[in-house]
Amino acid sequence: MYVWIWRHLPGNLALKMLQVLVLVGAVSALLLFVIFPWIEPYLPLNQVTVSK
Amino acid sequence: MSDDTSVLDADPPAPPPPPRGVGDTIRLLLRGLGQTLITAGLIVLLFVVYEVWVTNFFAHREQVRVHQALQRQWANCTQTLCLPDGELKPIVGDGIANLYIPRFGLDYAWTVVQGDKVPTDSQLEEGPAHYADTAMPGEAGNFAIAGHRVGKGEPFLNLDQLQAGDPVVVETRTKWYVYCVLGTAPGANPCDPNAAGASLSARDANGVPGREIVSPDDGDVLLPVPNDTRAHGPYTVKYLTMTTCTPKFTAAQRMIVHASLQAEYDKAQTGDNYSNAVPAPINAYYSAGEGN
Repeated sequence: MYVWIWRHLPGNLALKMLQVLVLVGAVSALLLFVIFPWIEPYLPLNQVTVSK
Repeated sequence: MSDDTSVLDADPPAPPPPPRGVGDTIRLLLRGLGQTLITAGLIVLLFVVYEVWVTNFFAHREQVRVHQALQRQWANCTQTLCLPDGELKPIVGDGIANLYIPRFGLDYAWTVVQGDKVPTDSQLEEGPAHYADTAMPGEAGNFAIAGHRVGKGEPFLNLDQLQAGDPVVVETRTKWYVYCVLGTAPGANPCDPNAAGASLSARDANGVPGREIVSPDDGDVLLPVPNDTRAHGPYTVKYLTMTTCTPKFTAAQRMIVHASLQAEYDKAQTGDNYSNAVPAPINAYYSAGEGN
């Protein structure tokens, strides 16, 4: 998969590196700000209340 | 990876069609599996980063918002406009009081928000949240609050470091309340964490310990007299109970810290921020803590 992506990025090495950085940043942002907040309530972490 | 790329970059003209043997297929599958596992590992690592740091960022923003709203509400309140604390009907999700714990330093200040009967995730993300059915600050009974241990602002990260006799200060619009963690020896100053004979598991006259670890479904720790299902009003002792998860990073059990009201001070009507007109006895708790 990573090889395939690298092969399909246009431009020379420096340009490819730049695009990789942008891609990694975009995927991280998607995970941190959309996906993780969405799945978090379903995980048994951070439950701090008591109730019967 | 670098080997792969250098080969790929070279792009030899007219490559012969590679023979596709069984070995090639297995190699392809193994490489795909390896990349998938590495990717999954990186995502899990990123999730830890999210839990421990990123959630704090958002929670602190929420906390600042409710804190400033509460300070504004107090500042704009005149006797004719505002009911006394005891008659205020708190709005769920809004601040009701400020919480200070000298053991955790001068910068430890949290606005407690009003929660539901059992505070929800969104309320707890704003700050420590009050169990709606329990007493309000300074009232007879049990003022019970829940707070996050790791991430989400982590107000109760160090709850395990509280000692018997440690003061827990609650500021409302008109009063300062000083609760002290239970477990000091009988006859000793109940607000002196350095007094001899203190033990967090020691129980007060009603059988309430300073700290206990309970299962998540043990709601009895929130009772007006904690753990006493037969107690009935009028209640005399004014308790404060804090709940959080334990051990850290898990939801297996709950750490419960109980304190009881030992002093209260009227607040000057000028107070419109944390540090204004803190009564001298409360300031003394901070300077006493510096030696520890």
